[in-house]
Amino acid sequence: MLSIKDLSVGFRTRRGDVQAVRGISLELAKGETLGIVGESGSGKSVTSFALMRILDAGGSITAGEVTYSGIDLRRASERDMRTVRGREISMIFQNPRAALNPIRKVGHQIEDVLRQHARATRNDAREKAIQALRDVRINDPEARYHAYPFELSGGMCQRIVIALALACDPRLLIADEPTTGLDITTQKAVMDLSQELIRARGMGSILITHDLGLAAQYCDRLAVMKDGEIVETGPAQQVFADPQHEYTRRLVEATPRPDATVRSLLPEDRRPPELTHTPSETPLLEVRDLRKTYAGKAGPVHAVKGISFTVNQGQSVGLVGESGCGKSTTSSMLVRLLDTTDGEILYQGTDLAQIPAEQFGKHPLRGDIQMVFQDATDSLNPRHSARACIAEPLRRLAGLRGKAVHERVEELAELTGLPANLLDRFPHQLSGGQKARVGIARAIALDPKFLILDEPTAALDVSIQAVILNLLADLRARLGMSYLFVSHDLNVVRLLCDEVIVMQNGEVVEAGPTEQVMSAPQHPYTRALLAAAPRPPERLNTTPLLHEVHNA
Amino acid sequence: MNAQLRSVFWRILQTLPVVFGVVVISFVLTRALPGDPAVYFAGAMADEQSIEEVRVALGLDKPLWHQFFLYVGDLLQGDLGNSISTGQPVLTDLAMRLPASLELTLFALVLACAIAIPLGVLAAVRQGSWVDHLCRVLVTAGVSLPTFFTGILLIYVFYYLLGIAPSPLGRLDFIYFEPPRVTGFYLIDSLIDGDPETFFAALRQLILPATTLALFTLAPIARMTRASMLTALSSDYIRTARAAGLSGAMVLFGYAFRNALLPVVTTLGMVFSFVLGANVLVEKVFAWPGIGSYAVEALVVSDYAAIQGFVLAMALLFVFLNLVIDLSYTLIDPRIRFNAK
Amino acid sequence: MTTTTASSVSRQSGLWAHLVYVLRDNPVTLLSFALFAFFVGSAVFGPLLVPYDPLATNAAQALQPPSFSHWFGTDNLGRDVFSRVIVATRLDLSISVAAVALSFVIGSVLGAIAGYWGGWLDAVLNRVFDTIMAFPLFVLAMGIVAALGNTIENIVYATAIINIPFYARLVRAEVNIRRESGFALAARLSGNSHWRVLAFHIFPNALPPMMVQVSLNLGWAILNAAGLSFIGLGVRPPEPEWGIMVAQGADFVVSGHWWVALFPGLWLMLAVFTFNLMGDGLRDIVDPRRRT
Repeated sequence: MLSIKDLSVGFRTRRGDVQAVRGISLELAKGETLGIVGESGSGKSVTSFALMRILDAGGSITAGEVTYSGIDLRRASERDMRTVRGREISMIFQNPRAALNPIRKVGHQIEDVLRQHARATRNDAREKAIQALRDVRINDPEARYHAYPFELSGGMCQRIVIALALACDPRLLIADEPTTGLDITTQKAVMDLSQELIRARGMGSILITHDLGLAAQYCDRLAVMKDGEIVETGPAQQVFADPQHEYTRRLVEATPRPDATVRSLLPEDRRPPELTHTPSETPLLEVRDLRKTYAGKAGPVHAVKGISFTVNQGQSVGLVGESGCGKSTTSSMLVRLLDTTDGEILYQGTDLAQIPAEQFGKHPLRGDIQMVFQDATDSLNPRHSARACIAEPLRRLAGLRGKAVHERVEELAELTGLPANLLDRFPHQLSGGQKARVGIARAIALDPKFLILDEPTAALDVSIQAVILNLLADLRARLGMSYLFVSHDLNVVRLLCDEVIVMQNGEVVEAGPTEQVMSAPQHPYTRALLAAAPRPPERLNTTPLLHEVHNA
Repeated sequence: MNAQLRSVFWRILQTLPVVFGVVVISFVLTRALPGDPAVYFAGAMADEQSIEEVRVALGLDKPLWHQFFLYVGDLLQGDLGNSISTGQPVLTDLAMRLPASLELTLFALVLACAIAIPLGVLAAVRQGSWVDHLCRVLVTAGVSLPTFFTGILLIYVFYYLLGIAPSPLGRLDFIYFEPPRVTGFYLIDSLIDGDPETFFAALRQLILPATTLALFTLAPIARMTRASMLTALSSDYIRTARAAGLSGAMVLFGYAFRNALLPVVTTLGMVFSFVLGANVLVEKVFAWPGIGSYAVEALVVSDYAAIQGFVLAMALLFVFLNLVIDLSYTLIDPRIRFNAK
Repeated sequence: MTTTTASSVSRQSGLWAHLVYVLRDNPVTLLSFALFAFFVGSAVFGPLLVPYDPLATNAAQALQPPSFSHWFGTDNLGRDVFSRVIVATRLDLSISVAAVALSFVIGSVLGAIAGYWGGWLDAVLNRVFDTIMAFPLFVLAMGIVAALGNTIENIVYATAIINIPFYARLVRAEVNIRRESGFALAARLSGNSHWRVLAFHIFPNALPPMMVQVSLNLGWAILNAAGLSFIGLGVRPPEPEWGIMVAQGADFVVSGHWWVALFPGLWLMLAVFTFNLMGDGLRDIVDPRRRT
């Protein structure tokens, strides 16, 4: 149905021409689902924009052929392309709320498309738009017809984007990271829905994603992209189970699976021996009936509704939940950036909740409790060098000066695997992984006993995530820290944590040893979370074989 | 519809504190500053006794808070004091002259929008083309032009050199009669009167000062239109609309332009501020009998009540214009309505 | 010590390369920097270099058109327009620089505090700025000068007051979006007090957009001051000042003596143009994406 031959896409930028896609070839059969997988900057989104001919200004197809059912998409006139878009090929995008016109009723936006392609007249457009909403299982479509995007949740907006894309019964749907930024249960709902609709209509589809597990679960065939080239294509099962290309293998290994260990995420030939950490039975931090209530416009908002748990010395505890469950509020209170409403935070017997967050900056325990922030880019001052960032707590809290600071910073850089020659760079000159290392180095500068990790790898590509998770595991073993690992992803939490706490709507719904919670979840919400995580196919038992080859 | 009405009402309510603030500042400007306000208000020619009379009349011998209440009381009765130079109540003077200023300002504003918005849109759509460069030059030159200087330049070229513009003295050449006053706008009144000759005479007088003002006003509007149009065009929903196969015109006007209009409407508030200020200068250059030149004349003879009345009137006019802008914003942007609930 | 030099060097070289790139990409910005240097030069050395005393009248030479001895001609009192235009640079620049500096300092402090702590202080300041902005700004400046008295200092104060809300709003917004940013929280975890976080971590990040605003505002402040003196506020004759000179020249334009008003007006325009171009150029340097 769709055939791409030697497609190259170039962009004219301030730094000269950049080739975003370099001569890729793909085929898509009727009714087939193809996954294009790659990390950021691999050119996967650009490919889809190119074949729809909606590249940003400065971008153009520089070579190759794109043919869809006999139409030459590269040379088709703009008028012809307009009839192809929406009627033959449709697209859904990431960040669904931004993908909808913010000041137009969603029903009208669907009508616009219907009427553009002469699928509806003035008289029946409304009825057909409501039908399109009904098709994507939106409750009360008559009322939703009049809603504006800002009144709807992210998942709901994505359903509307799907309704808009499918309104004119196209035969091919391209989904570009359709669930990035959505909660994991919403992600499953959206993916299941779109898969069902595609199957029911016998459509072909292309799923573009960074998540290999997601692609493997929903696609017939996968194409793995790296630096604008396709490094491997094949049936999804096979690509996942028996990756042929070195890069694919690394990607597959780095994707957290239920059976993986933190070391197994790393490439085969770069796995140092695992360091053991032994949590003790002595409590380090005891949280008792912790509450936080905000004054909202429509009455008080109970963000955290009385939670209790204990973190022992050297133990790692995972705090898991979806957005808005209160996990970030909890971590802000524990790290003493936010005052509590009620409850106790006993740190080695001292109730930290009694000390106002305002004054904790000068408290002797400040250095003991530190945090690694979610977004490394955001957590580094753009005007400070990496060295200055790491030195900050040493100067402010430990009172170190001159040479002592210098030496300690270099020591920390080595500990976190940051090359010393990068220390004088500014955040914008560092890669995502390097920035994460700087953030970690700063957090451990004062040898904290309790470290809160707030989604430290959420913004990173999986291969970098693998490296950072291993770094965190090593640091824990070497420095004997306790972690509170805040995340939305049970599969990631499982790799590092001894215990897990699952939060929903400000309450703890389940807590216990990680393996127990993962294998025999008690609470329906935990079960839903586990079920929603993409389940990639089992790996073939090729690892030992490769091992032997490697050893030989 | 109900929510919309409520947000309109809410917005109108919100102007009350601003109006109060304006009144306080205008009070502070004239009563609470160092120096003897009685001397100011009595004018340069006053003797001891008349100063004392003014002091009692304005209540300046009373404590400040008491003076403030007297001041507010006077304002509520529409009493802005008497002008020394014309001898009339300031309110009457201002009411007489306001239409002249409004006619000039609104005409200039419409002219500016009519040129700037299409120019900005075109510059954004054809980024890097000659239209874009023209837009850039006009924008930078426009904000750099001192209005009084542009006015003088235009007079020199079109009146002295080319002789196609009428003499820059007021709203109507002396050979014509003022049309019977209905709205106070000569263009409209002459049409109501069915007198095309006066209409064109008034238009001829209006063109130069209005162009002067419009040149100055054009720049911020064109700049904002171009910028917000660029932002809108590069947004995700435009990509969605294009991917859904909507026609170019629909994408451009139905989707991008309507969203781009929001920041432009916001900018109009600032533009009004500039226009009303520049208006004073342009009125002086063209001897336009509006409230701006009234204030300039009052400054020359230290006519305090008149200046104060002028400042207050301008502020209230501006508050009103801002209210209109915000209300039209409410109509375009559904999110505002939601927030007001 | 070595660490700071090393870091500042690498930073400067990055900035320098970017600067060179922007200037080469946009020669207009280069031109604006050159013009700026010219105006600063005129302000500093102008009074020493001009050929005539700007105040010396000469009835015999009244209203002479531009010639070799009087480049810009003479005015109705026979004063040399060129000398007056150049000498006026100092006064016009001083007024605008003083006014902008004043509003920059006051606006930054108020805006930073309001943006960081929020609460009632923010609400009160917001109301105050709303009220100031509720006046057409030039009209408010007229009112202030008329009330305070007709002096040059009062022109500076009036111009400063009407500019404060712009700075305060800008700083408030810049501080507010960074208040809860990761690096501000991290700075607090590193033992910084709120004041230190605000002054050393957040505020420096708000400076680049502020510099753009400063440049644009300098031009606007000159326009404003010249406008006030055009209608007879502030500077008084015979003091040379661009606005007054245009006002005086206006009377002679209708009789064809264009040069008396043209040259001071042109200089005024050029000065404002320079600051605006420079502001645009700085915007390019600070943030290439916001180029408009």
